[in-house]
Formats: sequence, C-alpha cells, structure tokens
Amino acid sequence: MKELIRAAIVLIAVSALLMYGVSFLERSTAKSGSGSITVYNWGEYIDPELIAQFEEEHNIRVIYETFDSNEAMMTKIEQGGTSYDIAVPSEYAIEKMKENDLLLPIDHELIPNLQNIDPYFLDLPFDPGNEYSIPYFWGTVGIAFNPTLLEGQTFESWDDLWNHTLEQEVILVDSAREVIGMGLNSFGYSLNSTDPAELREATDKLKEIGPNVKAIIGDEVVEMMRNEEAAVALTWSGHAADMMWINEDIDYIIPEEGSNLWFDNMIIPSTSTNVEGAHAFINFMLDADVAAQNADYVGYATPNAAAVELMDPEVVSDERFYPSEEIRDRLEVYENLGLEMLGVYNELFLEFKMDMQ
Amino acid sequence: MKATQGRPFYLIPYYLWIALFVIAPIALIAYFSFFDLSGNFTLDNYKNFFTSVYLQMTLSSFWYAFLITLFSILIAYPTAYWLTKTKHKQLWLLLIIIPSWINLLLKTYAFIGIFGLYGPANNFLETIGIGRLQILFTDFSFIFVAVYIFIPFMILPIFNSLDKLNPALVDASRDLGASPWTTFRRVIFPLTTGGVKSGIQAVFIPALSLFMITRLIAGNKVITLGTAIEQQFLVTQNWGMGSTIAVFLILFMFIIMILTGQKEKGGSANGKTR
Repeated sequence: MKELIRAAIVLIAVSALLMYGVSFLERSTAKSGSGSITVYNWGEYIDPELIAQFEEEHNIRVIYETFDSNEAMMTKIEQGGTSYDIAVPSEYAIEKMKENDLLLPIDHELIPNLQNIDPYFLDLPFDPGNEYSIPYFWGTVGIAFNPTLLEGQTFESWDDLWNHTLEQEVILVDSAREVIGMGLNSFGYSLNSTDPAELREATDKLKEIGPNVKAIIGDEVVEMMRNEEAAVALTWSGHAADMMWINEDIDYIIPEEGSNLWFDNMIIPSTSTNVEGAHAFINFMLDADVAAQNADYVGYATPNAAAVELMDPEVVSDERFYPSEEIRDRLEVYENLGLEMLGVYNELFLEFKMDMQ
Repeated sequence: MKATQGRPFYLIPYYLWIALFVIAPIALIAYFSFFDLSGNFTLDNYKNFFTSVYLQMTLSSFWYAFLITLFSILIAYPTAYWLTKTKHKQLWLLLIIIPSWINLLLKTYAFIGIFGLYGPANNFLETIGIGRLQILFTDFSFIFVAVYIFIPFMILPIFNSLDKLNPALVDASRDLGASPWTTFRRVIFPLTTGGVKSGIQAVFIPALSLFMITRLIAGNKVITLGTAIEQQFLVTQNWGMGSTIAVFLILFMFIIMILTGQKEKGGSANGKTR
C-alpha cells in the first residue's frame, strides 16, 4: 500500500511538472507574436516551409491541423471546441457551410493579392463574388495507371476499367461520390444526378466491376502505386502527381465521358478568433512566389495565374494536370445534394461494397 | 430523494461513473436511433436495418468474428497450456502481452508492408518456389491480422484458469487410468471453460465492430457493422441510422455476454495474474 501511494505521488508530481512546462512553453511562444491562428487543412496540402516563413514575416504563430474529409471537417467546426481561423473545404462543402452560417465574409480590401488569381476561378456558382471563399487549389478525378504492369494497355474512357484483362488490378477510392460518380459518368449522366433510376443503373453497372477491384482504400493508394503493388487506380489528380513524382512509369488521364472538376478554397470559419490574422494568411498564400512554391510541393494545380508564370512551363502546360478550358467545360463540379441524397449515395456505395464479397 | 442509509457512501463514485459513462451514453444512442435526418421522430431507421444490405452485413460480421474467435482459441489454448508448463511463466506471458502495448494502427500499417507484393512474406514465398501471391486485401490477411491483434486477450484468461487448475486433479485422473486425451477432455477442459468463455467475450465482441483493419488490410472487401457505424456518423452524418446500428450491436453483445456468462468460479475475466 505504501509503495502504491508513493508511486501515485511520483506520477502526479511528474504530470504536474509536465503540465507546467507545457503552459510555460505555450506562453513564451504566444508572447513573441501578435497572437496565433489555427489552420485546418487537408493532409499533405501545404509546404511546411511556407508556414515557418509566414510565422516569421507576420509574427503570428500557426497551429496546423489536418482532416481527411470535408464531412469530418464540417462536423468539427460545427461542434466548436477548437477555434479554427482558416479551413480549406471543397466547393459543395462551402455551399453547405454557408447554409449553416459557419462562414465569415472575407474582406477583399485586406487581400490585395487576389488580383493574382485567374478570373476563371473567381465568382463561381458555389460562392458568387467570392464573398466567403478564396481559391486554393483545383483538380480533377481520373484514372492513374502504370502501363509497364499492364502490357502497355492505356485508358481513354471509364469503360476501360471494366475490361476483363484487369482482374484484381483496380484500386478505387473509398468515397461514395467518386465511385458512384464513375458509374454515372460512364453512362453520360450527371455527377449530381438525383434520379433514382439513373443511380440504380449506375450501381448495377458498378457491381459488374467487382471482380476487377483489388481494394477500396484511401490515401494509401499513393504508396501502393509508387511501389508497383497496384496498376490502376481511380484517384484525384494531385494524388496521381504524387505517384508520378516517385514512379515515372505512371500516367494519368481524365476519361473522355467527363469527370469531376473540383476546387478547394480557403475560408474563415465563424469560430475564428483572429480574423485579421486569417486574412493575412490568405493574402500570404496568394503571393505569386509563395503559391508557386506551394504548388511545386503539393502537386495540385494552382488557380494563381501569377504563380503559373513563375513555374516550370513543362509542368503548367501538362494538360493532364492543367487541363485546358475546353476540357474543363466537359467536366462537372459537385453540387451540395443535401444530407438525404448523400445518404442515398452512401447506401448505394455500401450495397456495391457488399456485393463484392 | 431517499436517504442512502445502509449503503456505504463510498459507492457513490461508482454509481456516478456508471450513470454518466455507461447508462447515459447507451440511453443517448437509443434515443438518437429514433430520429431521422431532419430531427423527426421515426421508426424508419429500424425498418431500414432489416433491409438486405444491413442483414447481409450483420451475417458477414458474425461470420468473420466467429472465424477470428475460432482461430484465436485454436492458437491460444495450446499456447496457454504450454505457458503454464514453462519455467519462467511470467516472462513468457510478458512477451506475449508486450505487442498489445503498441498502437493498433501502427501494427496494421506494418502488415501492409509485410503482406505487400514485394514485402517479406512474398519474398519468402518466392524463395521457396511458390511465387508471389496477392496476400493483402484477402480474407486470409484480414483474419490473420485480426487474430494477431486479439490473441493476447484470448491467451490471458485461458492461462489464468489453467494456472489455477489444481495439478493434483490431473495426477488423480492419470492414476485412475485415464489416457492424456481423456484427462484433457474430462478434467482439464471442463475446469477451464470459464477462461475460454472470458476469452471469447474479449475477442468476439470487439471483432464484431472492427473497422479500419477492414479498409487497410481487407481493402473494404470485408464490411463489418463497425465500418457502417463509422460511415453513418462521419460521412453521411446520419446519426439516427448510425445509432440504430449501434443499438443492434449492443443487443448482439448483450446476447453473447449472456450465452458466455459465468455461473461458477473458474477463469477470471479481469486478468488477475497473482
């Protein structure tokens, strides 16, 4: 018993000391700048050097957190808890956050670098006049594949994924809208379809791809494609760029029937406690040099026209990652379909997954 | 309010704990399961659960949990038996427990590497002339990893009950002419069923609600109730449906607890090792 008490006292003393240490550390860093901002971003979606550069230039400490889905991000912001000052949702999530009053308006006066952005990416339907959001990156959904593992087979359309030669080769992304969307696209239907008949048709067709599916996973796909563990993947353009960075055999296409075009945008959540700092951060990220460095690091396409000028012409003229406006017009942006429809998409996705077993 | 006379006041923290962290959450889950997306009272979630997708999922969850438990017992019982015969019992036991100190996700990621097409497992198969196989994303890899993760929880209770077994009983059985197999069947095993039951509880119930491994190791080719709950809460934000699945999961667990409940002494579920 005595020993127990002694052990407990030691534990408590050590914890107290550590807690004091933490609070001391936090105080000393907070003092050195004019406050701090909390940035909530996708994983692997910023060059960490830029965070350090921003901290130094603006004397604002950056607390950086990451999320892996729009939905998880929204849930966390809605619950309060942490006062995020910046978040980077996709377009349909912005629509929804706007509906739920989770966004603060952005003062364009404080963001002179907004002029760097290609007008094509401004004033989009999900946020007219960019009242609440500023473009960060954009990209597409498509097929990444490694021809050397497939005897030189190449891809042009979604239907190619149904090819019998691909048995146990295809990796799909674990996300309902992308996978059901692939089924819809292969029939030429809209990615935002809410027609039960169309969705049924798409799901039934998806079930036929079952034997070809090797796995339905998340970000792990990048590593698997790099290591040649997998040959074909339904994935986002930036993931494909990450794969190619290491393994040059890999190629990426946007299927001819059309696909998804998406935009990720910086927003200021209503939980923000440092709105001024948040504006400074947005303006910093829009700086031509900063945006170019960031795009180089992350691999997705930047909407920053001034940054594109500074980047390697070979990269920015690559139609796979910077598709021309002509191709972009064929693509479709996700609309916020509402929770009911999201539920329907997920049930169908679940049905497809169960059918594979 | 009634005075709690006769009841020792030191039970208050216990009752508070149970009320706040056991009863309240379960009550909340049951409550949420009666609401749809727009917050209206409904029984649709329950109706929805009895559609083919969810029933099929329940069946497959049970099937995989059963296989995981079965293989765990098949490996754990001989191991625990052998452990009680060794000289340094506690040391060997420690070696078996230590892997459970490592984070589950970390172990799972390690297996992605080990089972990979160019990982150690396939290198071995290549060397012995079988050639590279697709190990990852199969039923085999899923059950293997799950058994690996759960095995300490099966070994511990079985070890405890075997260790408590009075060796005189085994000697007596032998003296009376029973063969080793009869001794095991009629004496050792019946006296250690308590440990096996505790082990089943500790493995079968968590195995029913496994997620994450289903994606990382089985590539979503195995779908359990746990995966569905995660999806409903995080992606679909349909708390009602997520809660409904959780209610059924709790019910199933309750049934298993009753079926494997203990009436007499025997193995202890709390892993007391003296």
